[in-house]
Amino acid sequence: MVGTITPTAVAPDPRVATSVASPRKDRSKLLASVVLASIGVVFLVPMVWIVLAAFNPAATVSVALPSDPTLDNFTQVMTWETSFRPLWNSTVLSFGTASLTVVAATLAAYPLSRFQLRYRKPFMYSILFGTCLPITAMMVPVYALFVSLSLLDSIGGTILFLTASSLPMAIWMTKNFMDSVPVSLEEAAWTDGASSMTALRRIVVPLMRPGLSVVFIFVFTTTWGNFFVPFVLLFDTANQPAAVAIFNFFGQYGTVAYGRLAAFSILYATPVLVLYVLVQRLSGSSFAMAGAVKG
Amino acid sequence: MASLTEPQVDRRRRGPTPRPRPGAARTLGRLLPLAPAVALLVVFLVGPILYSLYGSLTNRSMSGPGAADPQFIGLDNYTQLFSDGEFWTSVWLTVLFVGASAVIGQNGMGMALALLLRAASSPVRALVGTVVVGAWVLPEIVAAFAAYAFFSGDGTLNIVLGWFGLDGPAWLFTFPMLAVILANVWRGTAFSMMVYAAALNEVPPEITEAAELDGAQGWQQFAYITLPMIRRAVSTNLMLITLQTLGVFTLIWVMTGGGPGVQTSTLPVLAYQEAFKFMQVGYGTAIATMTLLVGALFSVLYIKVLKPEVD
Repeated sequence: MVGTITPTAVAPDPRVATSVASPRKDRSKLLASVVLASIGVVFLVPMVWIVLAAFNPAATVSVALPSDPTLDNFTQVMTWETSFRPLWNSTVLSFGTASLTVVAATLAAYPLSRFQLRYRKPFMYSILFGTCLPITAMMVPVYALFVSLSLLDSIGGTILFLTASSLPMAIWMTKNFMDSVPVSLEEAAWTDGASSMTALRRIVVPLMRPGLSVVFIFVFTTTWGNFFVPFVLLFDTANQPAAVAIFNFFGQYGTVAYGRLAAFSILYATPVLVLYVLVQRLSGSSFAMAGAVKG
Repeated sequence: MASLTEPQVDRRRRGPTPRPRPGAARTLGRLLPLAPAVALLVVFLVGPILYSLYGSLTNRSMSGPGAADPQFIGLDNYTQLFSDGEFWTSVWLTVLFVGASAVIGQNGMGMALALLLRAASSPVRALVGTVVVGAWVLPEIVAAFAAYAFFSGDGTLNIVLGWFGLDGPAWLFTFPMLAVILANVWRGTAFSMMVYAAALNEVPPEITEAAELDGAQGWQQFAYITLPMIRRAVSTNLMLITLQTLGVFTLIWVMTGGGPGVQTSTLPVLAYQEAFKFMQVGYGTAIATMTLLVGALFSVLYIKVLKPEVD
């Protein structure tokens, strides 16, 4: 256990840790650490409120240590109507959207990555263009479209729209992942008489499983956190995902029940945090999502 | 099976090879996997955009005669829009929100954090990095509640100000725009920080070392060596955060609801209010179309920056 003790014993004081470096460098390192730590505290405070309020039966809007910490807030919101049904709806929406997106994006990425197509460049430009469009600005016309397709208040319809809005980014990411799978393996399969779809299913997809998981989780978490789209397209409380349910809860009880609001927020946010850590593991870098977005 | 066993690959092929019939059939077969994605994109993304252009030319509303039989009214919505003081207020608020919270706030803070992360000791770096990214990973609505509580009249910010003998105002009513701008900086800085941290890692250390030997001070090194080397990351980041911030709705909606009055109604909030609160779908669509046009303009600029990656 020496290995775990040494760094913790040494690291907090940078002056000891880098005794070889010049004193000027040590001082700037200490200064940077202090400044960084103060910024970190400012960033942390609003989040600490959620955690402390969730365990505080008498929570207010300010950060305060609960004098009598309990799980009451959690037990009160953990009913079918308040949390479990909305969380289930969120799961259906996110899982449906992520699965459909990954399948459609993988199929689309294959010809884009492997074949010389005449309209490949303009298509990729349009895809890139699509990743940029502010979807929030589109919701009024989307609502009107859903009225004419009579898809309002339909979970299936909402999944289709969410899939379409995640596809540009997903195709972009999937194509980049697929470009890094060498073609030589497929050439062997083609020589053995496999069709290109068989090659995709048997060779390419297994090889890019980590990449596809990143795309899946990326779409899943984005959908899970999406508030505006279901807020506009789904009205029936039985269909609403947690993002919308939590907003309605805030409207009804928010001003009196901050503790329960915070407890509900924690239940809702936990899956996203877990999946984010998982993506870090999968891609071996904590900044993977930003890297993927960067192109 | 002969035609299927030899799909040609990019690098084998030099230039277009015009082949009549079997070629056309093969091209069609190759394009087939694109069909599901293209169908979804056409129906649910291209459709609403085209509809947005058309719908903004009608007097469609939620109820009344405009709902049953919307009439084509030409550019009336736009004439009304451009002569509407509320619209111009909203445009100004959107520019202010994007400029202050994204271009200055997130961008500057992200760069500062990325530089500090490199200079600080490793435990501090790991902890603060996680905290900043945490605010970004949280679902938007939860982040919005946290920011709402922080800026509330009896919220944490005013309690801390109270320790210093200051009597803080009710931020969400007195300075609503400042509150949503700061909240958006808090929530979105992680993205710029990550982009810049990755970009700074790519700068070869030899170059900064050489500059140091030549006597360049810290800030000189940054301004004349580092910044020019990561300028592509800077422009990419600026475009992306501008587009993200242009679409921010939830944060503002939860914290202020666009109010008090119209003091925080940026374009997405105004479009929502016109269409769903005041039931003027055609008018709301016209606002949405304007926002989309601004977004499209920035997207084109962004694509220009990224051009080499497509080619």
